[in-house]
Amino acid sequence: MHILVCIKQVPDSAQIRVHPVTNTIMRQGVPAIVNPYDLVALEEALRLKDQYGARVTVLTMGPPQAEAALRKALSFGADEAILLTDRAFAGADTLATSYALASAIRKIQEDMPIDLVFAGKQTIDGDTAQVGPGLATRLEMQLLTYVSRIDGVDPDTNEITVQRRAEGGVQRLRTRLPAVLTVLEGINDMRFATMADMFRAARYPLVVWDREAAGIDDVGKIGLKGSPTVVSRVFAPTARAQKAEIITTQSEQPDDIVATLLAKMFTKHPQLRAAIRPRLA
Amino acid sequence: MTQPATPSRPAGRRKFELDPRFESYKGVWVFLEHNEGVVHPVSFELLGEGRKLADQLGVELAGVVLAGDGTAARAFADEAFFHGADLCFTAIHPVLAHYRNQPHARTLTALVNAHQPEILLLGATTMGRDLAGSVATTLQTGLTADCTGLAIDPENRSLAATRPTFGGSLLCTIVTLNYRPQMATVRPRVLSLPTRDTSRRGRVVAVEPDLAEDEIVTKLLEFIPDARRDEASLAFADIIVAGGRGLKRADNFRLLWDLADALGAEVGATRPVVQAGWVTADRQIGQSGKTVRPKLYIAAGISGAVQHRVGMEGADVIIAINPDPDAPIFDFATYGIVANAMQILPAMTAAIHQHMAALKKAV
Ligand SMILES: Cc1cc2nc3c(=O)[nH]c(=O)nc-3n(C[C@H](O)[C@H](O)[C@H](O)COP(=O)(O)OP(=O)(O)OC[C@H]3O[C@@H](n4cnc5c(N)ncnc54)[C@H](O)[C@@H]3O)c2cc1C
Ligand SMILES: Nc1ncnc2c1ncn2[C@@H]1O[C@H](COP(=O)(O)O)[C@@H](O)[C@H]1O
Repeated sequence: MHILVCIKQVPDSAQIRVHPVTNTIMRQGVPAIVNPYDLVALEEALRLKDQYGARVTVLTMGPPQAEAALRKALSFGADEAILLTDRAFAGADTLATSYALASAIRKIQEDMPIDLVFAGKQTIDGDTAQVGPGLATRLEMQLLTYVSRIDGVDPDTNEITVQRRAEGGVQRLRTRLPAVLTVLEGINDMRFATMADMFRAARYPLVVWDREAAGIDDVGKIGLKGSPTVVSRVFAPTARAQKAEIITTQSEQPDDIVATLLAKMFTKHPQLRAAIRPRLA
Repeated sequence: MTQPATPSRPAGRRKFELDPRFESYKGVWVFLEHNEGVVHPVSFELLGEGRKLADQLGVELAGVVLAGDGTAARAFADEAFFHGADLCFTAIHPVLAHYRNQPHARTLTALVNAHQPEILLLGATTMGRDLAGSVATTLQTGLTADCTGLAIDPENRSLAATRPTFGGSLLCTIVTLNYRPQMATVRPRVLSLPTRDTSRRGRVVAVEPDLAEDEIVTKLLEFIPDARRDEASLAFADIIVAGGRGLKRADNFRLLWDLADALGAEVGATRPVVQAGWVTADRQIGQSGKTVRPKLYIAAGISGAVQHRVGMEGADVIIAINPDPDAPIFDFATYGIVANAMQILPAMTAAIHQHMAALKKAV
């Protein structure tokens, strides 16, 4: 089996701050991490490798520094890693991203056909969850999104059975490979890197492809040019017309404050009285 | 919450002039999602908003129903009319009885190509995102995911879709240049539900989907309904008491649960609290969690970061409890208590018990 995992390097959003005056994102010093959802996908791929035997290739599109994300994936046990990097890819939206990634995946397939493509549920910077569906469409593979469990792969019939999160329940679906899977968070815990894999990851001669190496001739389909969507403005959320009415009392006792609040609230918003339906202990 | 600030990547250099091949694209469409025979409320919310967009553009609003049988499709189409649609496209085929990407994407794509809407809206649900991503790719058009607001730019009739942008406390507005339809997914509970008017009627436009089960590769083996139905009830709760990192320890969430029992409320949380494992992930409210619109939202120990705010600011009344008078939550809460939540929460629980006891006596 040949499994490809798409990973993206993202800024650790927990550490991002917005400049209070200019409203711009202050990225300086913010560490780059592997998109956490992609590690869930990678772990799922590695489990299939443990179970059935597989070659696991990781692919990322990004700036040269994204190499670090690939080495991280190698240290967990991925076999091969490809970095897709070219200035022409900059500014890509999901349509242009899936075009570039799909082109590279076709190129990888020339070496060894791919049975499964994994993507994360979404990225923490783009947050769109659209690249996975885009890849399946472009590669004409079956699409299984929000997979909460892989029940199994049948190598004889070349089929995979999964559970997929849907509204109000779970769909059990079976499809023929090749397929694109996006996986939910929380379905596994990432393994620890072994010493041997860490050494291998550090020494691994990364495969770096530019636009031409990925077999992309049409620059109109990638990067900013290939992106139909454009950010027209960025703005900070503004306060509601009125700030909160701060409830204070002379005594500053919790009981008094709460009594004052409730009296005020029930007078101004009488409809809330009926909303209270205590649960019996 | 729409105060313009400095544009980061102005659209200025790129043209808004529409390619002539798209000039015939007219009308606003809403995809009606249904699960187990019930239309997802987000579809009605989208019809409410779609009605406004269509009126502004002077075009018709259409619902799109893909269903396994005619009776269901007819009922869903009626619901679309009750919630504002002028017409409804129905594609009926046994293959469409349950959601699967391949037949649904194929049918919706064919519908778009045949009837050419300028705007296509879907719910940002597991179904809507799965379907939208595929359809937009085939159509080679722009898709703005997980929006929190929609508007028409009066200058060029384009759809301006607003969504939170990464990391910081920012929102961005995204437009689709030179492609049609302009697609967007919108999160459930972000838009308000329009009133249901059962006297409204509309036209049904039935289309024949070109499908055959043996061409569909993915098979549905079974549907396993969630055992705990109450998981979903957070989104529709009238009262929510939510806690953040300011509650300090997992144990202190007991204070929230006590208040929730007294009020008959649901318990919500911020992301750091979910990540710390104090409550389950289905209780997370915000950009990467659920959006809620309760009548009353009590936020204890929550700073009010934009990613949390977008999930709860639709509440009618917000009470914030936070010892930091400068916490951003006070910028949009209705009432504020500048104090330690560990003291206020038990006092509030006691006061509600008293209030209810007094009511009981009165009757
Ligand atoms: C891509 C992305 C998606 C995100 N999605 C979400 C999301 O869906 N939902 C979400 O909530 N967050 C989300 N976040 C995180 C968000 O940015 C904030 O970090 C988070 O909402 C803050 O949670 P908090 O208010 O619990 O913690 P903090 O910001 O740490 O605030 C704790 C507050 O508690 C107060 N406090 C301290 N002591 C007390 C006390 N004794 N009593 C009462 N108050 C006290 C403090 O003054 C402070 O204001 C997301 C972030 C990113 C980057
Ligand atoms: N630049 C990229 N390189 C590799 N994989 C990506 C890239 N962008 C997105 N992906 C994959 O697509 C998934 C969904 O991304 P998104 O649509 O941006 O939320 C991610 O979790 C990744 O698996």
